[in-house]
Formats: sequence, C-alpha cells, structure tokens
Amino acid sequence: MSLPIYATFGQRVWYYAFRVICALIFIFLITPILVVIPLSFNAQNFFTFTPEMLSFDPAGYSLKHYQDFFSNNEWQRSFKNSLIIAPIATIISVSLGTLAAIGLSQSHVPFRRGIMAILISPMIVPLIISATGMFFFYSKIGNFMEGTMGLDKNLVGYIKVILAHAVLGIPFVIITVTATLVGFDRSLTRAAANMGANPVTTFFRVQMPLILPGVISGGLFAFITSFDEVVVVLFVGSASQKTLPWQMFTGLREQISPTILAVATILVGISILLLTTLELLRRRSERLRGMSPG
Amino acid sequence: MTDTAPNAPVLAADGRPLKRSLSRALRVQKMRALALIAPLLIFVFISFIMPIGDMLFRSVENQIVENTLPYTVQELSHWDGKSDALPDEQTYQAFYFDIFLAAELKRHTRLGSRLNYESSGMSSLFRQTGRKLDDVAKDYRKLITDFDPVWKDGATWLALISGGAGAEPSGALYREQLLRVGALNDMKLKDTSDFEPSTQIAQILPITTRNFTAQAVVTELVDNKDLTKAKPVESLYLALAHDLTTADLSGYDGPFADELRALQSNAALPAPDFTAIFADIDEDWVNLDTWRTIETHSSTYTAGYFLNAVDYEKTPDGIKPLPDDRKILIQLFIRTLIMSMIIMGSCILLGYPVAWILANVPTRQANMLMILVLLPFWTSLLVRTSAWKVMLQQQGVINDVLVWIGLVADDARLVMINNQFGTIVAMTHILLPFMILPMYSVMQTINPTYLRAAKSLGATNWTAFWRVYFPQSIPGIGAGSILVFILSIGYYITPEIVGGTKGVFISNRIAYHISSSLNWGLAAALGTILLAVVLGLYWCYDKIVGIDNVKLG
Repeated sequence: MSLPIYATFGQRVWYYAFRVICALIFIFLITPILVVIPLSFNAQNFFTFTPEMLSFDPAGYSLKHYQDFFSNNEWQRSFKNSLIIAPIATIISVSLGTLAAIGLSQSHVPFRRGIMAILISPMIVPLIISATGMFFFYSKIGNFMEGTMGLDKNLVGYIKVILAHAVLGIPFVIITVTATLVGFDRSLTRAAANMGANPVTTFFRVQMPLILPGVISGGLFAFITSFDEVVVVLFVGSASQKTLPWQMFTGLREQISPTILAVATILVGISILLLTTLELLRRRSERLRGMSPG
Repeated sequence: MTDTAPNAPVLAADGRPLKRSLSRALRVQKMRALALIAPLLIFVFISFIMPIGDMLFRSVENQIVENTLPYTVQELSHWDGKSDALPDEQTYQAFYFDIFLAAELKRHTRLGSRLNYESSGMSSLFRQTGRKLDDVAKDYRKLITDFDPVWKDGATWLALISGGAGAEPSGALYREQLLRVGALNDMKLKDTSDFEPSTQIAQILPITTRNFTAQAVVTELVDNKDLTKAKPVESLYLALAHDLTTADLSGYDGPFADELRALQSNAALPAPDFTAIFADIDEDWVNLDTWRTIETHSSTYTAGYFLNAVDYEKTPDGIKPLPDDRKILIQLFIRTLIMSMIIMGSCILLGYPVAWILANVPTRQANMLMILVLLPFWTSLLVRTSAWKVMLQQQGVINDVLVWIGLVADDARLVMINNQFGTIVAMTHILLPFMILPMYSVMQTINPTYLRAAKSLGATNWTAFWRVYFPQSIPGIGAGSILVFILSIGYYITPEIVGGTKGVFISNRIAYHISSSLNWGLAAALGTILLAVVLGLYWCYDKIVGIDNVKLG
C-alpha cells in the first residue's frame, strides 16, 4: 500500500508513523535474538556489553565460552543426550504418524473427529499437565521395566524420555502430513494399482515421494519439539538423561554462566538452518503439485 | 426380462447383490484405514492418555491412610468422631500393630507427611512415634524371654504359628496379609512361600498370628530372607501378651501348648494397655483432634485435594475455608488468568499492525518481513528466555542503554526482572508469533477492493478501517487470542526464570508440589482444574476456528 499523491498532511504523518510503529515491533521481535549473538563472544564473564566490546576492541571479544561448551563435560553430555533422544523420538513419531495420517485421509474413517482429537491432544494439553501425568505414570512403567523385564536403569530412563518426546511430536507430524495428503491426487495410486503394483510398492514408489516434503517438515517439527523440550524431561528423566535445554534451564536458574549464550547462539544457528530447510521443502512441494512458489 | 423387474436387487458382476458388495468394500476400506491408525492410537493411548488419566485419578485418590493403617481404619469406623470420647482400646491396639509394621518398612513417615498437609505437626508426630514404638515392646520381650528362653528363638514362633503336623492352614489369612504388605509397600507380591498360619492358632491368638503372618511376608517376599532363620520382631511379644489375657488355651494341643499355658498363668506378665502406651509416647495421641484428622482423611477417595486447590479444607467439622495466611491458590489462579489476559492483550496490540503490514505489502517484502516473525518462532524457547534475562537484568542491556542515554541514573536502575513485568514482556515476545500468524492468514483473505469501495463512497480512512476492514479481521483476532491465552496459562519455564516470586503462574505451583513439597495429590488436583480450563477454551477454539484448521508455519 503506497501513499497516494493526493494524501493530506495528516495521512502522510499517519502513514510514516504507522511504519515506524511496525518497525519498532519488528525490532522488539528480533532484538533479543540478535543481542545474544555478540554477547556470546564476550571476553569477560559478563552478561552485558563491556566498554571494550562497544569500541570494537578485539581484546573485548573471545571464543572462550564456545571453548567451554565444547570442553565442559556437563555441556557435552547434555548435548549428546539431546542428540540421542531427539532423533529416536522423531523416528518413532514420523513412522507411526505418517501411517496414521494416511489412514486418516482415507475417505471412510469411522470416528474421524474423535481420533483426530486424541492424536492432537498432546499439543493442546499444557506441557506442565502432560509432565505431571507422565511423572506419575512413567514411574510405574519404569518400575515395571526395571523390575519385571529386568532392564538397565539408565536404559529405562532413556526409554521413558524418548516415549514422552515421541508422543509430544506426533500432533505436528499428523497435522503436516494430513495437510500434504489433502493435495494428493488419489488417481495416481489407482493408476499404479491398475498397472499391477501392490499397495506396498505403490506406497514407496508413488505416494511416498510425493508426500515426502510434508513428512520431512513434520519430522523437523517433531525434532525441534524434542530438541527444545524441557518441562517433560525435567519431570520424567533423571540426571543421566539431562538434555541441552535442561542444562540451560539449570544454568539460568542457578550458576549463571555466559556459556549459555554461546549455546544459545549455536541453537539460533540451528534454527536458521531448520527454517531454511522448511522453506525449501515448501517450495519443492508446491512445485511438485504444479503450483508456482509464492 | 430380468433387468426390467422393478423390485429385484441390482446385481454386481459376480452375481451378488450390488448393495452387499458395496458395503463389503466399504467395510474393508474402513478396516484398512483403522489398521493404519491403530498403532499410533495405541501408542498415544498408552504414553499420553493413560498418564493424564492417572493424574485425574490421583487428584481424588487417597488410599495411603487405608493402606498404612488398615485395621485402625476398620476400628475407627465404629468411632464417633463428634463425641468427646477418645477411640477405644481396640483402636489403639490395632493402631499399635499397624504403625509398627509401617515403621518397619519406613512407610509411617509417608503417611505423616500426607496428614501433615491437613494438620501441621503430624509429620513429626509420626516420625517420633515410629522411633519410640520399640521401647515398650522390648520390655515385654525381656519379660517373656526371661520367663522362658524358648521364646527367643524364631523357630519357636514359626512352629507355633504354623501349627503341628496336620494343622489346617488358613490360606485366607495369609492372602490378606500378602495384600496388606503389598499395599503398604506399593508392590504386587506373589505368593511363593511355603508358610501358612494354622487356623486353630489364628482363633486362639488372633493378633499374634496376624502380625506374625505379616512379618513372614515381609521377611520372605520383601527382604528375600529365610523365614526359618529370622529373629522374632519385638511387637510379637506384645501381641502375645495381649492375646494371652483373653486366650482360651484349654482345647489347644498344638506345638508349645505347655509353654503357652505356663506363660498365661504367669502373674508377672501384665496385660498391655495400648491407650496408656500411646499416651506415654506422645500426648497428642490422647488428643481428640489427632484422631479426628486421621478419621476425616481415612476414606479411599477424597475431594480434599480439590478443596485445597480452591483454598478450602476438609476438617472434622465439615468443609471450611483455609485461614487467610494459607489462602494463596485462588489468588494465584486469578493472577494467572489476569496475566494471561494482559499478555493476550499486548499480543493483539503488537500483532495487529504487524499482521496488517505483512498482508498489505508486496509478496517479496512480506516474505522478508515474515522471516523476522518466523525466526523467533523457530528459536529455542530457552534461548529466548535467556535472551530476556540478559536484556532485563539490572546490569543488563536495556538498563545499560537507558543509563547511557541518560534517562535513568546509574544508581536507580530499573527493576524489570523477577517480577510480573518481566514475565509479561518475555511471554509477549515468545507468544507474539502465535498471534501474528493466524491474524495474517485471515487478513490475506480480506479483499482490498472493499476498503477502496468504502473510501469511494466517502468514508474517511478511519471509518473505512473500523467499519469495513476490522470486522472482517475479527476471526483472526479470535483465533490468535485463544491460542495465545491457552498457551500462556499453562506456561512454566519462562515465568520460572524471569518471574521471581510475584510473576509466577499456577503451573509453577504444580511443579513446586511435584518436586519440592511432594504433595502430589494437590499437584494433580491443580493440574486437573487447569486441564478443565484449557479444554473448555479449546472447545471454544474449535467452535470458532475448527480443529482441522490448525496450521503450522
């Protein structure tokens, strides 16, 4: 909406004032994320800009917080835990979720709304409530697995956290994959069946490649849900399953160290990467469906 | 010909009626769809729905009193708590053996902390009682073993209670004790023991037999030790002394019959007075209030946690509001709602212009600006929270900038964190994308020609916006508001870090009861109330927007 030439003075003032307001809101949105990045290179153990930093003196900057992150055992262990838990949870939610989404998108599904409500519920119920329920129930599951099945305590801890994270990621997979399947042309599967392909071949050779972008973006959502999740793991996990967000949370609450800012910067980098991947996937999926990228 | 008959069923190619063929095909399709959904449904059911159900159950469940003091609760049911009389000697006697077994398994402190939520002082009362219980039993052990050393030996007791060869075993009594110990110790015990008490001795020495059997279960199935080598516990001497005062040994011919008769006729063995024993341990045990509290909270299911959650309590005299200094939860609920509304309001105020500009600039620019919205959306919650901690601290970035500009004196830096302001600012920032995205998708569908039409009909900019554009954008505001509100009333992490004590939500209280005060029933009740509120709001959301319209990114 550009300003017409016949605009009055008041309209002009409002036009620019409105844009300034919007700019301020955008600044509000982005500043906290941008502020973290330079501060993570702080040479001091401060959480604010030192005079050296403001005068762009190289002595004011250092990589020591990054060094701390990569050498400190606590941080490395929690990072490793996150890298173990998130992918496994993602695989579980993507495989089960994609199957169910394909089932849900068939034309005659009894109790469709009810089933959908149950499958989406982990996203709707506040995390603190899910965590409370899981805290009670998973300790029973854990006791059962340790006592009756004789599994190792540590392994049981991982299983509990992975189960919890997998179920939290499922709604995202269901939503994205069903959305992709809405645009899926059913005559393609019929054509494949017509030419003699069995359902499994049809699925892997025809349907899967077409809905893959949706599956991947659902998987990314599920991954980030698990990778970013702290409430449930706090309640369900024990110290040996400490994940990266948990470590950050304790860091923020207790011994505050600027290493957190270095971790935060790395995580911002990861989210930029994810955002780009998602955007590329969206464009690809639109191209596949014959729509121009918008 | 056949196909002209008006009422004949239409046949499919294979000769079957078409209707049946169709419905069969439909059924196969339905089954296939359900088979695809089933694994996930079962998975979600076990790992999510059942935990939530467990929480709902825990908010009313109150088996701990009954599990810890089963026989006392039975006796107390005959007692009228409103009368001014203490429970009878029977109750004290049942209580002694109940709490003795509980103390042995270290479960009495758990009951103490449970009752401490209702009446402070209970926790220490139970703990001290557990320590002093042994003393009196030791006196009796000395009396009995001095009289006849054969009672020192565990084998004596085992032979006595098992009965001689050919004694009729009482499986029912054993199973009852198995369940009792199982419930007390939160275990499912399986009967793998050879021991069973004899029916005859169970009639002559009921209390002794019952407690010996319970001890046998503990020894064999909990501690996994050999029953024949176990030492008799002290409480058995007290039980025996109690039983012998009334026991009719005349017809008894089982093992150790003579020793028992000798012991019964021994005048030096006084009958234990359990009321006096407890009066000696702590005078609170002869206090009516203690017993009233136990009786009030002895039911298997209780509304007590829900009453606590709304600042009421269950007392022996009925339901009463809590004293003013303990009333915090209603206030916290109200605060959670008000702060969520403020957060929602500021999200509307900040989100509306942004959504408008996103919907009204050319696509290329809109995509660029969209990144500024999506980047925070995709950034880890912990990153954003730590960023706000860095920004809002007294030595933080905002204060530094304000001091540098000169707006604020260096010694009067603003306190912006660990209060409600901190929570509101940080959460508005975190939830703003959830407001902008639904607003944007609604505004995209508003046809700009309406606005132009309004202006060409003579409306001012403001009238055109307010009467034409704004009403069409209301669905977006509604959707975004409910989404932000639902998310914010259940938030935990951000208030915990930037909220201090004043800026916390009900969810922080739930977490506190789970991890610090260990009042899990109350945590479950608070969670249940919060869940009901959220589901109610979600129902509204479904009415306004529809579940299927939930979109991401």
